[in-house]
Amino acid sequence: MNTLRRLYALSIIPVVSIVLALLVGSVLIILSSPASQGHLDFLLPLTAYEALIEGATGFSFLNVDPAQHLSFAISFDGTLAARALTNTVAAAAPLVLTGLAVGVGFKAGLFNIGGTGQVLVGGFAAALAGAAVAHQPAPIAVTIAVICGALGGALWGFIPGALKAFTGAHEVVLTIMLNSLAALIIVGLVNDVFKISGPTFARTAGVGNATLPILFGRNGSLGVLIALAVVPIAYTLIYRTTLGFEIRTVGANPSAARYAGMSPRKLIILTMTLCGLFSGLAGTIEILGLGYYPAVFGTSIGFTGITVALLGRAHPVGILLAAILLGAMRAGAPSMQITAHIPLEIIDVIQGLILLFLAAELVIRRLLRIRADRVTPGELKSVARSYGQGNV
Amino acid sequence: MTQIVSAPALEMRGITKRYPGVVANDGIDLDIKPGEIHALLGENGAGKSTLMNILYGLATPDEGEILLDGVPTTIAGPSDAIDRGISMVHQHFMLVPVLSVADNILLGEETMANPIFLDRREAHRRIVELGKRFGFEIDPDVKVANLSVGWQQRVEILKALYREARILVLDEPTAVLTPQETKEIFEVLRRLAAEGHSIIFISHKLYEVLEIADRITVIRRGKVVGSRVPAETDEDDLAALMVGRNVQLVVDRGESHPAGPALTVSDLRVADDRGHEAVKGVTFDVRAGEILGVAGVAGNGQDEMVEALTGLRKPTSGRVELNGRDVTGTGPRELQKYGMSFVPGDRQRFGLVLSFPLEDNLVLTQYDEAPYARGPFRNETAIHDWAKRAIAEYDIRTPSATVSAGTLSGGNQQKAVVAREFSRDLKALILDQPTRGLDVGSIEFIHRQAIAKRDAGAAILLVSAELDEVMELSDRIAVMYRGEIVALVDGPSAQREDIGLYMATGRSDPEAMAATTTSMTAAVAAAAGADAGLTGSSASDAGLDANPDASPDASPGPKTGSGPGNGPDGPDRGGGE
Repeated sequence: MNTLRRLYALSIIPVVSIVLALLVGSVLIILSSPASQGHLDFLLPLTAYEALIEGATGFSFLNVDPAQHLSFAISFDGTLAARALTNTVAAAAPLVLTGLAVGVGFKAGLFNIGGTGQVLVGGFAAALAGAAVAHQPAPIAVTIAVICGALGGALWGFIPGALKAFTGAHEVVLTIMLNSLAALIIVGLVNDVFKISGPTFARTAGVGNATLPILFGRNGSLGVLIALAVVPIAYTLIYRTTLGFEIRTVGANPSAARYAGMSPRKLIILTMTLCGLFSGLAGTIEILGLGYYPAVFGTSIGFTGITVALLGRAHPVGILLAAILLGAMRAGAPSMQITAHIPLEIIDVIQGLILLFLAAELVIRRLLRIRADRVTPGELKSVARSYGQGNV
Repeated sequence: MTQIVSAPALEMRGITKRYPGVVANDGIDLDIKPGEIHALLGENGAGKSTLMNILYGLATPDEGEILLDGVPTTIAGPSDAIDRGISMVHQHFMLVPVLSVADNILLGEETMANPIFLDRREAHRRIVELGKRFGFEIDPDVKVANLSVGWQQRVEILKALYREARILVLDEPTAVLTPQETKEIFEVLRRLAAEGHSIIFISHKLYEVLEIADRITVIRRGKVVGSRVPAETDEDDLAALMVGRNVQLVVDRGESHPAGPALTVSDLRVADDRGHEAVKGVTFDVRAGEILGVAGVAGNGQDEMVEALTGLRKPTSGRVELNGRDVTGTGPRELQKYGMSFVPGDRQRFGLVLSFPLEDNLVLTQYDEAPYARGPFRNETAIHDWAKRAIAEYDIRTPSATVSAGTLSGGNQQKAVVAREFSRDLKALILDQPTRGLDVGSIEFIHRQAIAKRDAGAAILLVSAELDEVMELSDRIAVMYRGEIVALVDGPSAQREDIGLYMATGRSDPEAMAATTTSMTAAVAAAAGADAGLTGSSASDAGLDANPDASPDASPGPKTGSGPGNGPDGPDRGGGE
């Protein structure tokens, strides 16, 4: 099979899902326009999406004059573009990691929806470690804080992995419960044990020298490099090592894995730990960018990782691209809100729609007469399997 | 001899179907007369399935036409095919185990008395009537899970008849049946034909085709290469037509020169998934340089025994030794290191990862050994080189080493497993159903390889539901019946009938044959009995390696009283690990 056909077969469903989500999203924007514009505005989706693109890339192709007349005018501002792209990349970095945390799990036939909890524990561990080494030289402080954050997330992945391996409990149920557990325990700890006096709101001590250095732009931190570095590492691990071969075999056919002498139990624990480590890193770069752990640290990057992994077809390169796309939507949303007066939340709606269409792959294939391909990795199967039987 | 002068019920003219890279059907002509049993013979991948898929509306031909009763017809899809009286009985039954016979037959064809409720009574009446007409009394209320495989097949056929099929396609109907069940199904098929139904019978088993068919059409590489009438042909002729060269149907095994015992099994007991004792204390040894064949009807504990010997299942008690080393309960990884190779019975479940490239499957059990691994990394070059060699040496027909294993035909999948497991330096080799579902060419190849391994000094344990295979290859034959070895005899001098009797009854006493019957109730009871792991006391008088009945949960003999509906429920599908 030639590469182009393979690429088409792999990307057609994600692309169609994005297009459909944007179309349905525009219907919703039109329907909501009386609230934001005072009248039904059929051109609002165009303005909105254009503002989104401009906010994410700095590239603009529409001109809206005060009388609400639209005209095409391509404009491109270097500084604006640099700032917009930095925002996009910064928003994408944690999504790459949480996407991998779900995608690598899919490879082993596991559905890790514990990204949120792993992000929180990882971030919290990084904040505590960072505060402890706040006065060490920056390279040492950052290294220690990042390692601790990754290990914190890994622990929060190890727990459900071990429970599943030894008791047969289902990883979806376990990780959902561990998400709540992490959130509540950490809120308690930040409000009580680790609260510092001074700030008007509860937070942990500052991480001082462990704050991630800004490498480019206003917010292009070391975290972007960390996320970028993890992609080839994950790729190599999955496709080029014997361990990755074991992980993929357990995911594709647990019986054959046992026959081949692999230990599904060991691999489940290992993979879940690895997934937790990736999520933990995502939380780490968020918190070490912020400089402390706030009691109210609401984050959706854990769950967005599921969309990223499915959109990227559980492949590290696909996950990178998907994370950049969703990161761009995050980065462009404020500009859309300012220009088109559309609430930021429409981005969440569009993202939810993408997930919906991805999950409804069979329906989409049937409706659009897209032939089933033979190269689809088993990621959707792991999602389905997660609800039916979860045993190895 | 066929002297039927009526117009063909079905005629396929010049059917051509091309897939990228292959012509699956190349101008195939086929005509089936009313009341004819027409066998379609061909190797795996010869184009039989494509042709039948076209007939069933699952594929559209690029050229050619289909005529039903002389009228050109386009078949839009399976439901259209069914409406036109064409029905397919698949090799893997499409039945819902937890539903009753009646509900399975009704499924998709619900007779409505009114728009809301099913008319079950009318359906019952028709099912019973149809069964009577074709010579089998069937109780529509029995759960399919409680039926033996032979009866499940009859339900599939009934399903087709219920839909008023005139043309029945049976895809390898006997692959899963015992010789006795096969006879019974043939009886059913003959009655169907006598009533004017046309039957397309797809099979690999030449002697069956010769027995049942009125005419035989042989397909090779997408083309019809010959048509025969049974009276004018024989197995050698058909095999040569199929494969395109002369095939040795029975591989010359030569004499074995066994050395000392390599694999020693003593008083091995193994429980099945539900905790019932499936293997009840078997004792035997396999010597280096010999093939020990285990014959037996499927489901008599062979699977559990093989799993225990290969480390996939922990035995409850007993001892297994490999070249003097105690390997009882040792996992697959260690066993492989000690020189054990295993060709699993279910190649798609255990032997291969279908979604993986062929080359990855060729190292599935060696992926972490040199040269396929260098430290923690895979050595893609070494894997690729070995794949190229294996494809050539083991004649695996594939477009490339990187296509997924799932796209290969069954025979080539099995050759890949054999290539992988035979290619290492091995002391003991366990072959579980090594040629199930394969064509004569592949069978000949795999048998030759097995003999070669034997002569190279490997101890080979061959487990097969195909009695012929066991007879042809084994230097010694053990018969397994209800978890015990009831006979252990010399291979070359063994009589087929004797072994068959042991297989069916667990003893050599012909009176016990009365147990096999065409009556539904007995069949259900037997299935339920085997299901619950009931132990007959039959083995003790069989002598040889028989193990006196020592099972604690043994009931006194088969329960004939447990009629339809009373048997325990079928395999527990809802359970966990």
